[in-house]
Amino acid sequence: MAAMVITITSGKGGVGKTTATANLGVALALLGKRVVVVDSDIGLRNLDVAMGLENRIVYDIVDVTEGYCRLRQALIRDKRVSELYLLPAAQTRDKTAVSPEDMVRLCDQMRDDFNFVLIDSPAGIEQGFRNAIAPADEVLIVTTPEVPAVRDADRIIGLIEAEEKGPASLIINRLKPEMVRYGNMLTTADVIEILAIDLIGIIPEDEAIIVSMNKGIPIALDDANRASLAFHNIARRLLGEEVPFLDIREMPNLIERFVRFIRQG
Amino acid sequence: MRILDWLFGQRRPSSREIAKERLQLVLAYDRVKISPQLLETLKDELIAVISRHVEIDREGVEVTFTRVKSRSRLIADIPLLGARGQRK
Ligand SMILES: Nc1ncnc2c1ncn2[C@@H]1O[C@H](COP(=O)(O)OP(=O)(O)OP(=O)(O)O)[C@@H](O)[C@H]1O
Ligand SMILES: [Mg+2]
Repeated sequence: MAAMVITITSGKGGVGKTTATANLGVALALLGKRVVVVDSDIGLRNLDVAMGLENRIVYDIVDVTEGYCRLRQALIRDKRVSELYLLPAAQTRDKTAVSPEDMVRLCDQMRDDFNFVLIDSPAGIEQGFRNAIAPADEVLIVTTPEVPAVRDADRIIGLIEAEEKGPASLIINRLKPEMVRYGNMLTTADVIEILAIDLIGIIPEDEAIIVSMNKGIPIALDDANRASLAFHNIARRLLGEEVPFLDIREMPNLIERFVRFIRQG
Repeated sequence: MRILDWLFGQRRPSSREIAKERLQLVLAYDRVKISPQLLETLKDELIAVISRHVEIDREGVEVTFTRVKSRSRLIADIPLLGARGQRK
């Protein structure tokens, strides 16, 4: 089967790596792919809660690399989708419990059984990040359209090029069409120009993502939501499809939505 | 205040434009790993070398960065003294 290993990373914390990993996992699985999402944020695991699978963890990634259980025993199957699995991080250990070589071996073990291995990287540029990119065939960098996040993304791009893991592609998350319209937020074009890498997706800011995080139901399971559509589009681009980017100007603000609602009667 | 800006033909840069400019500058430094201190050192040494051969306006020397797309550029602006036959 020869899986593609994709690492989702960012440099800056809290920009949406875990959200992106969970939703791309769901979107790829809904497209009929066999997918495993791996939480490599050891000590600060969160992919389990993003997916709502936190109550089903028995073994974790460190149990596997240290030989306390077999890989199969640690994988948790997401029952909402056909072929989606989670390999959770250890919560009571630290990043040094796993080495980059461990990660390469682990991913090689999964390559034959899956189409995609998605690795949720921790923030930062230390060992956790090194572990996450070691097995990567492709790297997705998540940023928000803000100065600190873009700056950190640039640093990460440099490190990935140095490791010859590039070229990475970019996901711009939490874009607010309203603020862009009033000249109060960097545009997609600005961020691309500054970072000079390929864009693979734009995710709008959407309260539904916070709600979905609260519930442990990834937004990509909702087929009537724009942020969900944005994740599904990224998944299709990963499969090599040409999918046009969502035009953020099409995203109606509250007043426009209200006007439309009235007009529609 | 938009109306006033419009009336007096002034346009304050938007926060988007400010963000873009600041990012370009900070990344220019990040990428080439040149600190503002190193820039000062470069400037002093440039002045020393060049003034050995031509007379320059030391106060007016500026060493800066600009960035076009992903390329960083070091720019030295060195005003000469004694141009146009002002020299004795
Ligand atoms: N497009 C979005 N719209 C609204 N909220 C979002 C969006 N993307 C992410 N969030 C919220 O931002 C928070 C941080 O997201 P997430 O945990 O995915 O970031 P992270 O990069 O994995 O953080 P860390 O660096 O700590 O691992 C989450 O609570 C999530 O609900
Ligand atoms: Mg995370």
